[in-house]
Amino acid sequence: MSKKLSVSNLLGIKYLNENDINLIFETANNFSEVINRKIKKVPSLRDITIANLFFENSTRTKISFELAQKRLSADVVNFSSSSSSISKGETLADTVNNILSMKVDMVVMRHPSPGASVFLSKNIDTCIINAGDGCHEHPTQALLDSYTLVQNLGTLSGKKIVIVGDILHSRVALSNIFLFKKLGAEVKVCGPKSLIPKHVEKLGVTYEFSLESALRWCDVASMLRIQNERMNQSFFPTTREYSRDFGLDSKKLKQIDKKIIITHPGPINRGVELSSDIIDSGKTVILDQVENGVAIRMAVMYLLASRL
Amino acid sequence: MSVNSNKKILDASKLSLILSRLASQIFENHIDFSDVVLVGIQPRGKILSQKICNLLNEKFDVGEIKLGFLDITFFRDDFGREKKILNANETNIDFLIENKTVILIDDVLYTGRSIRAALSALQSFGRPKKVELLNLIDRRFSRHLPIQPDYCGCQVDAINNQTVSVKWMENDGEDAVYLHIKDE
Repeated sequence: MSKKLSVSNLLGIKYLNENDINLIFETANNFSEVINRKIKKVPSLRDITIANLFFENSTRTKISFELAQKRLSADVVNFSSSSSSISKGETLADTVNNILSMKVDMVVMRHPSPGASVFLSKNIDTCIINAGDGCHEHPTQALLDSYTLVQNLGTLSGKKIVIVGDILHSRVALSNIFLFKKLGAEVKVCGPKSLIPKHVEKLGVTYEFSLESALRWCDVASMLRIQNERMNQSFFPTTREYSRDFGLDSKKLKQIDKKIIITHPGPINRGVELSSDIIDSGKTVILDQVENGVAIRMAVMYLLASRL
Repeated sequence: MSVNSNKKILDASKLSLILSRLASQIFENHIDFSDVVLVGIQPRGKILSQKICNLLNEKFDVGEIKLGFLDITFFRDDFGREKKILNANETNIDFLIENKTVILIDDVLYTGRSIRAALSALQSFGRPKKVELLNLIDRRFSRHLPIQPDYCGCQVDAINNQTVSVKWMENDGEDAVYLHIKDE
């Protein structure tokens, strides 16, 4: 029987059900095989035009989406806010509507305001993929994180995952919490008290202020970057102190004396949340996450384009 | 009111004879099997290609033949045109087909569009010297493209409200071919 997504946009993990997630993972398995061929291109989306609207800086996500689109043979137009009419006072809905009138079928959008993609989906009639909206959600990052973990662990059901760092400002943390919980994992967040959101337990997670105890408890440590660009005040005294208490290095790993999987969504601040020796030792799955990002984004766009 | 009926057009013994003949024909056409590879088109050509491969080994002892399975979903020409979503299957070809003779294997040849997609998908694995096509059932008079089989098990003249389905013991509990007629 043919399976399809229950949604027509990817605005956030909270809108997906378990069948959607499994279908995305199954389709990503196929694309994973495709992108490891000598000829990595398939013609599925050759009559689809996709606009990448990046109102905020991005390296990995933008390249990953663009590669995924090109591997699917879609036509791609790129937009970045720094060189656009946004600076002339045009509204978001007007900008996007103008782009859509040029017959664009799908929009991939990153925006600094939380809820921007949900707002857009209510105001314009096209397929929207959220590539990160402020400190709200980053669904494709969460999907590729979980996909990488499922590849390594077989399943996330019953696994213990700790998310370490700037939980307050991280869209990756929120999307990951939703997705890990949907896949049956136990989730704990860890970081300085000032960077743990109030009432975080309402998301069904526990919190911990000691990295060592959190590491002893977990099977997976998902390390996050300090989002300096979203901080309008000081949340901890010094980066050195943060790194001493919440940065992961090989000394702390040795102390817990058990094998855990370390993930990071990138970009990494070397020596802050992860020490160079861990990054370079091959003990993390960071590069697997990046590779899987292309397959996951191909799967998401393929499945959403099927509904156009 | 719709009336559905199933007519068995091939039973297990006839299917066995046909498979044996197809394997013999392949053997007649290829003296040296070092450059021949078999590729079953997913999902329905997979079991057929395994059976043909086994027969070539058992009956003719042709040595090791490379066998792969090709999924054509991402190469189909009806993406976004049908209401149903096209779900993919696994591709498993762990060899290059550069300069090889590829025998594409599928159960039913109908419009020819699957084979067109398979020919495009094959290009991702190299440039074959030659591509041949083996079908268990050829629904002649239904072609949309100029594609014909090199090895054909049985020709069936079916009209558009009829479907031909091939059943295998491994998946469906019996070896048989049915003509399904739906009158509306």
